Amino acid sequence: MRRYFSRKLLIYGLTFFVAVTVNWMIPRFMPGDPVASMVARANVNKPEAVEAMRAYYTGLFGLDQPLWQQYANFWGALLRGDFGVSIWLFPTPVSEVITRAVPYTLALIVPSVLLSWVVGNRFGAYAARRRLLDNTVLPVGYVLTAMPYMWLAVLLAWAFGVILGWFPVAGGYSFSMRPNWSVTFLLDLLHHWALPFLSLFLVALGGWAIGMRNMIIYELESDYSNYLAALGAPSRLIRRYAFRNAVLPQITGLALQLGVLVAGALVTEIVFAYPGLGSLILKAIQNKDFFLLQGTFLFIVLGVLIANFIIDIVYVVVDPRTRAGMAGAQA
Amino acid sequence: MSALQEVAPPERAGVRREALYFAVRNGKLMAGFGIVLVLLLLGLLGPVLFTDAPNEYGPQPMSPPSAEHWFGTTTFGQDVFTQFVHGLRSTFAVGVVGGGIAAVIGMLVGFVAGYRGGVVDEILNMLTNVILVIPTLAVLLIVNAYLGIRSVAVQGLFIGLTQWPWAARAIRAQTFSLRTREFVDLARMSGAGTGRIIAREIAPNMSSYLFMTFILLFGGSVLIASSLDFIGLGPTEGVSLGLMLQNANQWSALQLGLWWWFVPPGAAITAVVGALYVANVGLDEVFNPKLRET
Repeated sequence: MRRYFSRKLLIYGLTFFVAVTVNWMIPRFMPGDPVASMVARANVNKPEAVEAMRAYYTGLFGLDQPLWQQYANFWGALLRGDFGVSIWLFPTPVSEVITRAVPYTLALIVPSVLLSWVVGNRFGAYAARRRLLDNTVLPVGYVLTAMPYMWLAVLLAWAFGVILGWFPVAGGYSFSMRPNWSVTFLLDLLHHWALPFLSLFLVALGGWAIGMRNMIIYELESDYSNYLAALGAPSRLIRRYAFRNAVLPQITGLALQLGVLVAGALVTEIVFAYPGLGSLILKAIQNKDFFLLQGTFLFIVLGVLIANFIIDIVYVVVDPRTRAGMAGAQA
Repeated sequence: MSALQEVAPPERAGVRREALYFAVRNGKLMAGFGIVLVLLLLGLLGPVLFTDAPNEYGPQPMSPPSAEHWFGTTTFGQDVFTQFVHGLRSTFAVGVVGGGIAAVIGMLVGFVAGYRGGVVDEILNMLTNVILVIPTLAVLLIVNAYLGIRSVAVQGLFIGLTQWPWAARAIRAQTFSLRTREFVDLARMSGAGTGRIIAREIAPNMSSYLFMTFILLFGGSVLIASSLDFIGLGPTEGVSLGLMLQNANQWSALQLGLWWWFVPPGAAITAVVGALYVANVGLDEVFNPKLRET
């Protein structure tokens, strides 16, 4: 088990290192002069802001210093939690802008991912080898998983927001309200949260259902299932064993899908103008706010790594083979 | 070697004929490929027949679908159908480029890691795992944001460069199970090199698997490209289905009720990717006798 975790941690450490290095390299090795183009593209009118930006960029890029020192400085700033200053919301630090947006993204992504995983697995397991259900779950699942996240979001917003008028289609809360802990505000928050959540939930649901259905069919054909059936075990019992075995690859699948799920959350937020990281990225791109963009990138990478690690721990809890040090889970 | 080659061809032709026999009788495969083929033809021939510049402003803004404008027009009077056929073309292009590059890298890494094993495998596996964990879209966001001029080809290239890890892992596992078979041992004993063994012995024996991997990579590339376009990092010139969605969202087609602006592009992406997935299931049934419905 120690080997399993140390190997995982090594991979995550390396990944973080690579991500930071990529983040550092791209502005420096892309064609063109980043400082001049950034200052020019930022379209800031105030001369003191332009001056501050130029000084800041030159200081950060440290173009007079040797490359290795620039690289070391970049890590130093990073470890101090210094992501630079946002241009779009000058002079708010990037870390502050991001921490303000993160709760919204987490509130969307965590429930939708977990719920779609649980419900999708149930659906898929139930549909497997049941002709009528299989013939409906499978096509619906394929359509859902082939949908671009933002398209379903747009359709839901159009149907439930614009035509029926049941839900608001923009923002994290009503413009007339200030964030506080009152019941009316929390209800308003929930009202705005419902559609983006539903959209994320539905697209992810299809993939899990299909995956589970295929895994269950595979497990039901395996030797232990046939043996149980030969002994005369009720099919409910066999199915329960099959489900427990089929869940393991689905847990691994959850880890593999994290990147796609995050991407889906980002574009869904943009559709609903939901004040999370996705809308932040859109604003950063529109305002050429590269510090904000790069800070968000590192934040997302970090979040995905942490989520991966949590899934690894869950895997150890669920699969006794990893605990016994047998070849259960591959690194 | 020569004796082997004399025996192999008729057997292989037989397998092919059998696969074809089941392929044309497989509803999923035929329906899936049928849909993709229709949309592909539309994307290839459409821009030839509808030669108008897709982004040109027209005199009739916001008109619903009619005989003159099949899919209606945008707030700027652009013909949605013209944009649609041009967009289909870039969607297929991004899928082929992105999926193709990812498939090539995935095959190289997977074959070499799986066949060589040992230290090479350790290193390649580590590399695969590291890139697998990094959220693809986040990297693509950064790269594309710093690219001044963006084109469909470059977009596809970067998507391909980030998409390959899971394919590499899957191909590595398959190669692993093939490399200890007798025919591979025989080839090794007769003095064939690594490259030759992979190309002549291992790859042909999993060609159906490789083809299916490419299909999944193609679909993934299309979806990622549409997300990038939607965030505003699409090609700076031209049209794509994702860009159409972005424009519709940006110019509040939703609030204005211009459903013909945002329904067709999303439906086309869903149709292409969904049809490919369904065709993939069909292919699986064709190549894997255990899955065939009786």
